[in-house]
Amino acid sequence: MGKLNVTLCGIEMDNPVIPASGTFGYGYEFAELYDINCLGTFSFKGTTKEPRYGNPLPRIAECSAGLINAIGLQNPGIDRVISEELPKLAKVFHKPVMANVGGFSVEEYVELCARLDKEEQVGWLEVNISCPNVKKGGKSYGMTPEGAAEVTAAVKAVTTKPCIMKLTPNVTDIVAIAKACEDAGADGVSLINTLYGMRIDLRTSRPVIANRMGGYSGPAAFPIALRMVYQVRAAVNIPIVGIGGVSSAEDVIEMMYAGATAVGVGAANCIDPYASKKIVEDLPRVMEKYGIDSLESIIGGAQ
Amino acid sequence: MKQETLTILSNDALTKSVYRMRLTGDLSSFTRPGQFCNIAVPGFYLRRPISVCDIEGDVLTLLYKVVGHGTEAMAAMQPGTALDVLCGLGNGYDTAKSGDRPLLLGGGVGIPPLYGLAKALLAEGKPVRAILGFNTAEEIFFSDEFRALGVDVTVTTADGSAWVKGFVTDAMPAAYSYFYTCGPLPMLRAVYEKTFTSGQFSFEARMGCGFGACMGCSMKTADGGYKRVCREGPVFRKEEIVWEN
Repeated sequence: MGKLNVTLCGIEMDNPVIPASGTFGYGYEFAELYDINCLGTFSFKGTTKEPRYGNPLPRIAECSAGLINAIGLQNPGIDRVISEELPKLAKVFHKPVMANVGGFSVEEYVELCARLDKEEQVGWLEVNISCPNVKKGGKSYGMTPEGAAEVTAAVKAVTTKPCIMKLTPNVTDIVAIAKACEDAGADGVSLINTLYGMRIDLRTSRPVIANRMGGYSGPAAFPIALRMVYQVRAAVNIPIVGIGGVSSAEDVIEMMYAGATAVGVGAANCIDPYASKKIVEDLPRVMEKYGIDSLESIIGGAQ
Repeated sequence: MKQETLTILSNDALTKSVYRMRLTGDLSSFTRPGQFCNIAVPGFYLRRPISVCDIEGDVLTLLYKVVGHGTEAMAAMQPGTALDVLCGLGNGYDTAKSGDRPLLLGGGVGIPPLYGLAKALLAEGKPVRAILGFNTAEEIFFSDEFRALGVDVTVTTADGSAWVKGFVTDAMPAAYSYFYTCGPLPMLRAVYEKTFTSGQFSFEARMGCGFGACMGCSMKTADGGYKRVCREGPVFRKEEIVWEN
């Protein structure tokens, strides 16, 4: 059997598969179904300083190949994540977890990262500067190289663990933003967050989503995400977590050839709770089919 | 929750738009009336959450309304088709709270889960009264099935084309110990305002995953927090509900 292990920002993972933030809660819903230690790691639900309900319902709309969500970072807030969610997770997941955070100011990002940096279970910090569903904050920082660099430098100054900046595709030049993160000291970048989209209900002639617009994810995002990972890989030297429409072991390998060190699985978890596990289990078969001995060796192989 | 492969036994129209699908397979993850399942419909990205009408042995009965392309595709499914179904989702109704004279209030396609509930309450020796609301006489379904169980049934039609003219809240009895309801949102709100006891409401929501992962269907609750319709719901106690707008 080929080698599935990869090293992401200095931390070894058994395999590159990472259920993406917002599709895997804090892990234990899935731990009721299977042993989630089979995953490389997972990125937990985007955590903010204060508890958030998020946006009004409906906040899900189906598309022909995926879905639009406008959750708006519902989460119990950093205090309860540290006091309740992480201890619950410790019982079922014994690997370093990726801690996803969302802020509304640089100070919030700093506080969130500084606090989670101290938690033993946290392996990486994934800093969401790209949520399309919050009116201010997250979105704006990730939309300019200056904003992305500002958050990166600020969180790097207060953390010891690897900081991975999560980027939005809803920009003119994602490469410039990735480079700005690298120059500001980021340990990695993850891309892409969802694509800004909408649906209209023909019966009511109104947007399906109460917030009108939301973030599209699903298989149609895959070629776009792959292209962006490929472009960013060519321009930066820090590791990339490739995310966007990944639904199979083949997609994981394609994403790694484009330049991803690890690969996020998002929307697929919402339609099949076993999707990430199945992808991990299918990787050896697909590697053998294409004569791949080690996943680490193929990263950026298509460049 | 369990992911199961269920096989369609039959799939027939009860009215112009309401269908009855009977499926067989391992149903052991369903524990209470009022739970739901989430069906993968080939050609559609998201699953279709459908409430359980009845479970008898290894046969699951679902009543669903054709409202869009996904349910249209379901209506065209043939017996013998195997479906990927997430089973045992949601909390379901709690029959222990019913008291000795429970009242069931159902509107349209919200009626099906009350059927399984009525069976459970009757099995506990409680007399059940049900008010079932429809828009027109043509849309009436399952009132005979409720009656066959031994339920005291009143039917209302909004246009007065059969039985009592009006809404379910226009036919409320003077005395009942507790209530259970499921139906369209305006009906649930009217029930909330017109009932004088505690009760349980089953809600519908646009869901992403249906098992608590995506947070797509969360509802605010009276304690200032929120609950996921798919996971902590779809049944909420009257005291938990917050009406927005």
